[in-house]
Amino acid sequence: MTQDKFDRRAFLKSAVAGTAVAATTTALPQVAEAQQTAPAASQTAAYSFLNLEEQAFIEAVVDHMIPADELTPKGTDIGLNIFIDRALASGWGKGDRLYMQGPWKTGTPNQGYQLPLTPAQLYRAGIPAANAHCVKTYGKPFDKITEAQREEFLLAWRGGKVTFEGGPPARTFFNMLYQNVMQGMFSDPIYGGNRDKAGWNLIGFPGVIAVHYQNVEKFRDKAYVVKPVSISDMS
Amino acid sequence: MATQLKEVDVVVVGLGWTGGILSKELAEAGLKVVALERGAMRSTASDYSVPGVRDELRYVHRHDLMQNTARDTLTIRNKPSQEALPMRQLGSFLPGEVVGGSGVHWSGHTWRWSDNEFKIRTLYEERYGKDYIPADMTIQDWGITYAELEPYYDKFEYTAAVSGKAGNLRGKVVAGGNPFEAPRNREYPLPALTPILANVMFAEAAQKFGYHPFPRPSANASRAYTNPDGSKFGACQYCGFCQRFGCEANAKGSAHITVIPIAMKNPNFELRTHSWVTKVIKDPAAKRVTGVAYTNVLTGEEFVQPAGMVLLTAYAINNVHLMLLSGIGQPYDPAAQTGVVGKNYCYQTGGGANLFFEGRNFNPFMSAGGSSSTCDDFNQNWAFDRGKHGYVGGFTIASGFNTALPIGYRPVPGGTPPWGKAWKAATAKWYQTAMNIGQSGSVMANRYNCYDLDPTYKNAFGQPLMRMTFDYTENELKMGRVAADLINQVAKSMNPTRMNAASVRQSWSVVPYQSTHNTGGTIMGTSPGNSVVNKYLQSWDAHNLFTVGANVFPHNASYNPTGPVGALAYWTADAIKKRYIKNPGMLV
Repeated sequence: MTQDKFDRRAFLKSAVAGTAVAATTTALPQVAEAQQTAPAASQTAAYSFLNLEEQAFIEAVVDHMIPADELTPKGTDIGLNIFIDRALASGWGKGDRLYMQGPWKTGTPNQGYQLPLTPAQLYRAGIPAANAHCVKTYGKPFDKITEAQREEFLLAWRGGKVTFEGGPPARTFFNMLYQNVMQGMFSDPIYGGNRDKAGWNLIGFPGVIAVHYQNVEKFRDKAYVVKPVSISDMS
Repeated sequence: MATQLKEVDVVVVGLGWTGGILSKELAEAGLKVVALERGAMRSTASDYSVPGVRDELRYVHRHDLMQNTARDTLTIRNKPSQEALPMRQLGSFLPGEVVGGSGVHWSGHTWRWSDNEFKIRTLYEERYGKDYIPADMTIQDWGITYAELEPYYDKFEYTAAVSGKAGNLRGKVVAGGNPFEAPRNREYPLPALTPILANVMFAEAAQKFGYHPFPRPSANASRAYTNPDGSKFGACQYCGFCQRFGCEANAKGSAHITVIPIAMKNPNFELRTHSWVTKVIKDPAAKRVTGVAYTNVLTGEEFVQPAGMVLLTAYAINNVHLMLLSGIGQPYDPAAQTGVVGKNYCYQTGGGANLFFEGRNFNPFMSAGGSSSTCDDFNQNWAFDRGKHGYVGGFTIASGFNTALPIGYRPVPGGTPPWGKAWKAATAKWYQTAMNIGQSGSVMANRYNCYDLDPTYKNAFGQPLMRMTFDYTENELKMGRVAADLINQVAKSMNPTRMNAASVRQSWSVVPYQSTHNTGGTIMGTSPGNSVVNKYLQSWDAHNLFTVGANVFPHNASYNPTGPVGALAYWTADAIKKRYIKNPGMLV
């Protein structure tokens, strides 16, 4: 979240911390005001699954992996955090197609995912474990460490050099998280990510209109430049 | 207590391509046919239309049209000494679970497997001697010939709107097609698809090596088409959303737009969706079956459907599973090498190189399922000497695109960081400027690659899961090295700006998608000792039980399996109509 916008998490933290009833009541008008002035995008950016610690972690991850530059806005500004939140709240996050009967064994890498956890449960167990690792290594959770420390931690995590004491297998969680970031970047915007088709614009993917019977010859070895169209644009 | 239903002539288990073909043909022959399908009814108009169908996350990554592993899956392991564990989510292969089956979400590649496969042991022994084939390689002749199947290949190609160019018409090699194909009686029903840039560039390079590239035959209608049954196809739009999607344009050869709606108009045919068959019921007193037990998965109600004939036409793996669950035939034991049910499970090999060309525009999103330029020089070409490399089998090499959508397809040169500004810049630069050259290779049957019932894990019906034991053997690794070398030579000759070289797939993992070409388990052959079904796909143990699918293949070839699967469905339908109905009993 940028400083000039309403700091929702700071507000919620103060509210749930129960510092004083007065604090929350005095904050409320600011909420209303902030909501009125915030851009439309943040209206849809409410969380339905992630808790405060998880939100801070995911926002920091997606903004680190997808930083703002001339090619795209940063991860939270294209909704990658919201994509992940909704994915975890969805049937997929609840493991609606996962075989969830034991006995549970680790197995070999070739045997694939063997955890007794749905994706939502893996995130819930994995984020505190990742933060605990960061606190132990850098003195602070992931969202509070420096850019360089984030890069170092993520590369080590991806490379299998990080283990979570008492937590779920670190690499398994990383692979799911990374896959979800990329899904958020390139899936149809109806799922909350790829806002304003930032991911599709990045690579020149035209989206859902795809009537190329003549284009296939006409545009052979020629750039096909169109404004991408999403499912909701046509619905 | 299961409800006993009134007997019908035929019960069909699973309504995809094979179940659809047999349902249509046998209903037209006057038999009362009931089809039981696990999945739901889906149609192009309400389920596969734009814009909703153009959803990569839903169909490719969340498997909307596929078997739900929460309810039924397999356990998997690489070798018998390991403990098999459940495939808890889909990955390596994707069986379909709707009316139309995997024929809804396939790409359409349609090949004619030839005597190179059907007489494989004889051919290799004649050319290289009996000792050439390793002792644990359990390949065998199929007991059928290409000449027998030719009219049925033709029938399937004309039904499914296959676009292609003949390479061998009645023994005469024809320019533009596959010069190594087995002779065909007539042209494909539709001209080949329009080539894309990757096809053109690969073909030019391959020709310089003396190879013979041709447009891959594919059930993507290259123009509007009405098949001999009157089913109408639209022209393929090269939409890029083919594999794993239903076709919005009705341009992909699929049972749900051809044989199934025709069967459904026939009063002799009845479809029951959400009907999960748990068992084929044997007649203890005779060599026949009496029907099937099934559960309506919407209500939990159990039924027994008596039938004069039972046809197992589900996905290949599920056909074998039902045979094992029903105790029909002797289960295969790889240690003792006794029994046949579960024997010769095979898969395929693959892999390839990414080539990056600064300044080119490949437009990977503009492609048909079958936009592929393919060389058969190392597969169907029997003159190619396998002996100097010491393996059995073949591979095709090819270039093109098929469903190169951006969640799953974002090639970048090796060494690109996995995230950050440099990753973004590379992803943006190379998405449209990359192509690939890939291979698809055969897998020979091996003594230890097989199915049986898992001793531990159960499905939603309390039945043992199927257990799959599989890994590549030295034979596939040898062939994979030859294929990778060939691909890299062709790729280098094209002078790409950057290149990720092809390498050899070492060991089978269930995690990444590879191919939905699982074969074997209830193999066809010449005697009850070497096979589960005869050449008419009739069970040796019960003359009124047939199973049609890639589960009858004694080994797996480089080619995609749907061509012979479709041809064998028509072949079996003919044998039932012309011979079995008049005189029920063993056809061999």
